[in-house]
Amino acid sequence: MSDKANSEAKPKNGSGEILMELKGISLRFGGVLAISDVSFDIKEGEIRAIIGPNGAGKSSMLNVISGFYHPQEGEIWFRGERRPSMRPHRVAAQGIARTFQNIALFKRMTTLDNIMTGRMTLMKSSFAAQALWWGPAEREETEHREKAERIIDFLGIQAIRKIPVGTLPYGLQKRVELGRALAAEPKLLLLDEPMAGMNVEEKEDMSRFILDVNDEFGTTIALIEHDMGVVMDISDRIVVMDYGKKIGDGRPAEIRNNQHVIDAYLGVAH
Amino acid sequence: MVEQLLYAIEVSLNGLMTGILYSLVALGFVLIFKASGVFNYAQGIMVLFAALTLVGLQAGQVPFAHLINAVFGTRIYSFGWNLPAIAAIALSAMVMVVLAMAVEKFILKFLVHQEPVILFMATIGLAYFLEGFGELMWGGEIKPLDLPLPVGISDTIESATFERFGYGFFIDKLDIAAACVAAVLVLSLVLFFQYSKIGRALRAVADDHQAALSVGISLRYIWVVIWSIAGIVGLAAGIMWGAKSGVQFSLSLIALKALPVLMLGGFTSIPGAILGGIIIGVGEKLFDFFMNPIIGGATENWFAYMLALIFLVFRPQGLFGERIIERV
Ligand SMILES: Nc1ncnc2c1ncn2[C@@H]1O[C@H](COP(=O)(O)OP(=O)(O)OP(=O)(O)O)[C@@H](O)[C@H]1O
Ligand SMILES: [Mg+2]
Repeated sequence: MSDKANSEAKPKNGSGEILMELKGISLRFGGVLAISDVSFDIKEGEIRAIIGPNGAGKSSMLNVISGFYHPQEGEIWFRGERRPSMRPHRVAAQGIARTFQNIALFKRMTTLDNIMTGRMTLMKSSFAAQALWWGPAEREETEHREKAERIIDFLGIQAIRKIPVGTLPYGLQKRVELGRALAAEPKLLLLDEPMAGMNVEEKEDMSRFILDVNDEFGTTIALIEHDMGVVMDISDRIVVMDYGKKIGDGRPAEIRNNQHVIDAYLGVAH
Repeated sequence: MVEQLLYAIEVSLNGLMTGILYSLVALGFVLIFKASGVFNYAQGIMVLFAALTLVGLQAGQVPFAHLINAVFGTRIYSFGWNLPAIAAIALSAMVMVVLAMAVEKFILKFLVHQEPVILFMATIGLAYFLEGFGELMWGGEIKPLDLPLPVGISDTIESATFERFGYGFFIDKLDIAAACVAAVLVLSLVLFFQYSKIGRALRAVADDHQAALSVGISLRYIWVVIWSIAGIVGLAAGIMWGAKSGVQFSLSLIALKALPVLMLGGFTSIPGAILGGIIIGVGEKLFDFFMNPIIGGATENWFAYMLALIFLVFRPQGLFGERIIERV
């Protein structure tokens, strides 16, 4: 951990202020109740995991937070204010970045361009200024470029900077997608199964990145993950969902001993 | 023999102008298709509408004059001014931007997650609406387009080629101007797409809607931008075609020629649209030149479609395009 992070006295282990609170969220798709009256909070600086069997409603929850789905019931509070129903690009502008369960990258763009695009909400120059190659616009572009390069260094993907990401192997695509989300310098980072389909080594790398982001930048992270070992290792607190309901919430040690959770996992084959 | 070859070269140079027009219309299609997956049937009408607007504004025509006069019993037809060409073009471009906003607000917004075929149907509706609306607004007569563009045969080229080859090429100055305008337009579009923030956002939307939303790009804003650009490209096409043969409703028929151009160039490729248009424009003139004496008839009516059909069979994605048909 850097000196700066220390001096800021980053709240660790979920002892910070509440960054986001979800109250009584219910989400229906026709007859399917994907989320049923779920409430939980995410504290500043913590790594919050959402776990549960397939179809439990985890991704739906992340989609609600990022504005892709709009719950029929419930309230979303972000940084102490109730958030009105919002379209995803507005949520992004509020400082919430995400990755997708089925990678959603700009496949024809290079790694660098993908990561630069992640900074879209931070770019200020108007179109006119850009069109005229006006000084400040160019300076801004250079600054963004430097930040993007730093993320590329951080993730160790210098070698693929100029390669269109559609041609990259799966594990690297996941990494680029993380990079694009990081590029937005988000207050809340949402990761939907960042390690799915990875081998042990790749999972270790990804865990390392997640912990480093949390440590070095103090970024609050909410993530969905099926690998219990990883979840127990890296998360501060865990929400457990099953059939759209919340069946557990607490620190890894508590979750491990929660009878509901044990039942849900033993009862459902993966 | 040499004589015939030189004549063929002249014919193909003349086909270039028509080809560039096809290119510009096809370009409008490609832009909208790339960004929103919508096959915009109304692109041809947009060309016509832009040209009508330009002529009307320039001549100080009162929009909806017939309607106003019928309802209020008045007899106003003209504001009595003549706008300078530059002002009229700028105003027409603004009208195309307003049109783009209206299309987003009243059509696209409601059809966001619909099947492509539904969006396609919506643009057919838009096409016929716009055709009627254009006529109501500006009247249905053929109008000359009076812009300070160079017209007539270029004497310089004629005498220069005559000296060198003993055969003077007849090249319309308008063709040369059109080629220059098209080149500048395409170049600036390419630069804009490649280097501006909005350009990057446009490419992002073309690649993945969800991902674009997640990085804070508003799809609806991007659609307005892209329809505006398509409208302004349409205006450029309308100006050139109108300068050559007057602004009339048959202008929208060139949209039908844009279809084979798209099949040739691919639905998602900007260079494809340009090259496809030129190939078809030049190709149909040359084909007519060589084949007409043998098979007769108006080969220009069907040549483009036949060429497109051959392409569909051997290279369905077009020259540069990516896969156009989802695998089933
Ligand atoms: N867009 C949608 N339309 C209809 N039903 C949906 C939609 N998204 C999710 N669902 C349904 O909601 C339920 C929860 O799905 P969700 O994707 O949230 O589960 P999950 O916990 O992420 O599962 P997994 O671990 O397999 O990713 C499922 O029954 C799913 O079919
Ligand atoms: Mg999921």
